[in-house]
Amino acid sequence: MNIHEYQGKQLLRANGVPVLDGVHCTTVDEALAAYDKLGSKVVAVKSQIHAGGRGKGNLYDPNNGDLVMEGGVKIAFNRSEVKDYAEGILGNILVTIQTGESGKLVRNLYIESGCDIAHEYYLALLVDRENKSVMIMASTEGGMDIEDVAHNTPELIHKISIDPNAGLMGFQNRDLGLALGLQGKALKSFMKMLAKMYAMFVTNDCAMVEINPLVKTADDDIIALDAKVSFDENAEFRHRDWDELRDLSEEEEVEIRAKEAGLSYVKLDGNIGCLVNGAGLAMATMDVIKLYGGEPANFLDVGGGANEEQVKTAFSIILEDPNVKGILVNIFGGIMRCDIIARGVIAATEALSLEVPLVVRLAGTNVDEGKAILAESTLNIHPADDLAEGAQKIVELIGGGV
Amino acid sequence: MAIWIEEDAKVLVQGITGKQGMFHADKMVEYGTNIVGGCTPGKGGQTVELQSRKFPVWNSMTEAITATDADATVIYVPPPFAAEAIMEAADAFDSVKGEGVIVCITEGIPTLDMVKAVAYVYNRPGVRLIGPNCPGIITPGESGGAKIGIMPGHIHAKGRIGIVSKSGTLTYEAVAQTMSIGEGQSTCIGIGGDPVNGTGFIECLAAFEADPQTAAIVMIGEIGGTAEEDAAAWAAENVTKPIVGFVAGATAPPGKRMGHAGAIISGGKGTAEEKFAAFEAAGIACAKDPSELGSVLLESLKKAGLR
Repeated sequence: MNIHEYQGKQLLRANGVPVLDGVHCTTVDEALAAYDKLGSKVVAVKSQIHAGGRGKGNLYDPNNGDLVMEGGVKIAFNRSEVKDYAEGILGNILVTIQTGESGKLVRNLYIESGCDIAHEYYLALLVDRENKSVMIMASTEGGMDIEDVAHNTPELIHKISIDPNAGLMGFQNRDLGLALGLQGKALKSFMKMLAKMYAMFVTNDCAMVEINPLVKTADDDIIALDAKVSFDENAEFRHRDWDELRDLSEEEEVEIRAKEAGLSYVKLDGNIGCLVNGAGLAMATMDVIKLYGGEPANFLDVGGGANEEQVKTAFSIILEDPNVKGILVNIFGGIMRCDIIARGVIAATEALSLEVPLVVRLAGTNVDEGKAILAESTLNIHPADDLAEGAQKIVELIGGGV
Repeated sequence: MAIWIEEDAKVLVQGITGKQGMFHADKMVEYGTNIVGGCTPGKGGQTVELQSRKFPVWNSMTEAITATDADATVIYVPPPFAAEAIMEAADAFDSVKGEGVIVCITEGIPTLDMVKAVAYVYNRPGVRLIGPNCPGIITPGESGGAKIGIMPGHIHAKGRIGIVSKSGTLTYEAVAQTMSIGEGQSTCIGIGGDPVNGTGFIECLAAFEADPQTAAIVMIGEIGGTAEEDAAAWAAENVTKPIVGFVAGATAPPGKRMGHAGAIISGGKGTAEEKFAAFEAAGIACAKDPSELGSVLLESLKKAGLR
């Protein structure tokens, strides 16, 4: 689960990590009031969306698609610039390298005081899957795309791995600061900051905290100038406050509804809807559709114990997508019995008066009963014995690929 | 021989009095798994009826293992308490008998809980953790066998193919594919789809390589992380038996979590393309479609003179 920069900074501040003063705004008037309140002559006017690459992104008018402004993060040197930039950002569509072409409507703005930057660093805390531990990664090459740094100059990226029982140890913290070339007051500030940030990472069940850039000021203070914070959704049960931080407008509405129904759904750009049990098999089903010349319209995992109602919800969610020209159901019954799935499929197609072609592949527990139920139905359901046959059939039925 | 779990392994069920635990414990007994009881704190002394037989419930894993000399435990405990259940089992196996296998089925355990639990298990070298968020492990027998998890037992048969996979239903698909060419399985392991888990691909490959019953291996990966790449590189140096592979998620968009918490392409890393390339570079015979696993396996067996 992602949160906005302004929320990430509230969290950092509450945990004792130095950030600059800033105000979250949703209107131009609020932005101007924020400027007056901050009392800093120079401020940053920052678009708040969940995707990265905001600074290099462009803003477009949502009505006519015209370019409104270049750059989603601006430095304003006076009040009238704050007004111009806020107007250019709020209510417009920000397209960045991470948003895709359709971009994101910007509803939130962050006005932040300026500071005197001596050097920009990169810092990230994340869970390292291979070492099965929290990893802290830092580089002197701040403000740049870290993937480029990792690719071109890997020696400039320094990593430490944290023993979960010992926590971040002083020597590790110091080594990392020294590797960044910090000394004296700046090194002390860095170590104090990082200890607090690690504690915040653990107590808040973060999945990632990325600060790019982390800056050293002219006074040797260390400040988080940006904040990209995400949480591990599995830990939601012990963080009631996440509900308030969640910006539903940043998430796909249909994916949220699917989740509420116990389904895992991701919309894609193709035209063949998929309904599958199990995440791995659901991915494999998409892959095989593509292999036989089709394009999957979605990923959909109905889970291990889906009932008739969930199958129906799954069908209706798939059919909401106007691109869907056909549906492939692929179920390997384990705990889930094929006869129950077959009944669910029939009930759903009747209730939704399905018009697109439907191919159903069943295997596993009670497969013969399931197939018999489908065969008895008068509905236009095409059976398939294996995944390859199912994929070939549905591609053929919709008249080939996209 | 099979790996880690013998056909007659004695198995405990943590969370045996819960809805999931009881349902699956019943299925395991039905399959022939040697279930010796369960553990639910606060319900010690009670019994649970499975397939018309009564099974004892203990308050703690130490009590349960001391009383039954269990070889393995399977966890059906809800996510908030599952990591604790893993650590309790690890501590009990370690202190009572110095060894044991823990299979955690639970999906949705917080990642940082797993970081802690995995480190705890690693500090007890005789104890092995499989999962979480996995279908479990099964060693089919001549009649019955040891099914420790949620997989449909009836699709399996004893044989010489070892299967290791990150996914549940895709593992069943692989099992069905081996059966389609007349081959059974030595042991099938679902290592789970979470970013931080216990046993990984390499440990499974090493065990299959050492297992005389296993003649060939099917390895099923999915997008996210680099476990498949690491395993392929290791296999190239260390595995002499034929390996057949598949990776799910070639069509998955970057940055989107595909059902499993760990199935996400982040920062351009963890794509199916890279994993397939790593498999091929290691001499692993790849199926581009899981329905082809059987025919690719058959070809590999023939090439190795095993058919």
